[in-house]
Amino acid sequence: MDDRDLQYQKYKSILENYLQEQSEQTLYKGQQFSRKMIEQKISPEEAVSLHVSVLEELFPDIPQRLKNSYDFLLEMMIGYGFAYREHQSLRSRQQQLESEIEIAANMQQTLLAGDKPDVKGLDIGAISKPAQKMSGDYYHFVQDENNCMSVAIADVIGKGIPAALCMSMIKYTMDSAPEQRMQPGAVLENLNRVVEQNVDPNMFITMFYGLYDPRVHSFYYAGAGHEPGFFYDAEKDEFEELYTKGLVLGVSKKTSYQEYQRVLYGNDMVIMLSDGVTECRSSSGFIERDEIVAMIRKYIHLSAQEIVDEVYRELERLQEFELRDDFTLVILRREV
Amino acid sequence: MNIQSCVEVRNEWDIVKARQSGRNIAKELGFGTVDQARITTAISELARNIYLYAGSGEVAIERVENGGKLGLKIEASDSGPGIKDIRKVMEDGFTTSGGLGAGLPGVKRLMDEFTIDSKENEGTIITSIKWLR
Repeated sequence: MDDRDLQYQKYKSILENYLQEQSEQTLYKGQQFSRKMIEQKISPEEAVSLHVSVLEELFPDIPQRLKNSYDFLLEMMIGYGFAYREHQSLRSRQQQLESEIEIAANMQQTLLAGDKPDVKGLDIGAISKPAQKMSGDYYHFVQDENNCMSVAIADVIGKGIPAALCMSMIKYTMDSAPEQRMQPGAVLENLNRVVEQNVDPNMFITMFYGLYDPRVHSFYYAGAGHEPGFFYDAEKDEFEELYTKGLVLGVSKKTSYQEYQRVLYGNDMVIMLSDGVTECRSSSGFIERDEIVAMIRKYIHLSAQEIVDEVYRELERLQEFELRDDFTLVILRREV
Repeated sequence: MNIQSCVEVRNEWDIVKARQSGRNIAKELGFGTVDQARITTAISELARNIYLYAGSGEVAIERVENGGKLGLKIEASDSGPGIKDIRKVMEDGFTTSGGLGAGLPGVKRLMDEFTIDSKENEGTIITSIKWLR
């Protein structure tokens, strides 16, 4: 007996049962049988045909008119079969696409993996979480032979794959101009030129770039339209905005970026973030920058990494675990 | 009976004619009712494409044999505008006539073999076979 016969016999016995006694149990068996048929990719027209051939065996003298009506039903079901098979094929294509995206996302993770450097006297915390599979946020640390550490944090306006592709370009550009690393303003000017020339005009990138020189405990920075970070003055126990002046990358060919400097004393902190942090939305509206500050303050006794982790966890909870935008938060703290 | 036929397609009646002769031949060859309906639907789609996009053409249906296997072959040809991007029309979800699940990929799935040959401004030939199991 082949599969088809087996199926026929099984269906026949369930149907006979049901005709004898209309029990819920038999209907349940029918439901299970139909699930099996779907697993075996039996199309709707085949299911109807199965039913009709069983009927014809059970009731050999069905009127011809009724038989004809089954042929008509079969014809109708072909269209459903058409749609059903298209659905199956689209589904397998979707799975294929998803696994491709998965691979690309892993590649991006390796590419952007911002290994936190070990800088003497500096406590560093960093977290970056994509809203979708691929991130349009970016952060990157580079440490040079003088122990100076540069940090870049960028956000592509837009999400998902296009933003991620754009991000990779930023990374390569940064890697290819190491001599500029010491001048935040020049780094942004160079990037602006590359973005302006290579990226679709509807795509913008904001960036904050900073350099910490542990020899003089100074932080030099510049920003291109990026969400302002915070500076925490430990002595005064106050947070202030880390304001920068400069146009978003890719808007105009010739733009210059002003450079700023801050000296860090013991326990002072520099806090950098993407707008995914401040644009978190809870049921009661946007989360205010003050609230972010309050959260940081709440965990200020912890290490820099623990602070960013806790803030992320809290915001994630506030948004009911649904990130709307890529989220990146970086904290530098001068150790005492 | 001579198992082959050729129907010229110029209007919707001709689509029905093509379906009818396809169904007759399928029955003659011993296809079951489900396969008859599938073959007919495939013919119907192909003939309809000719009618809608080329204006006129023909649908030839014949019996084929290969290594003891028996089958039915449909050949739909026209000298219409041709298909610019064959890969695109063979993609699911791309159908200009707006029918759900219809179109060439649907026909391909209903049949066992499917080849398409088309040149812009010269026309299209689609050949498709269903084998008897």
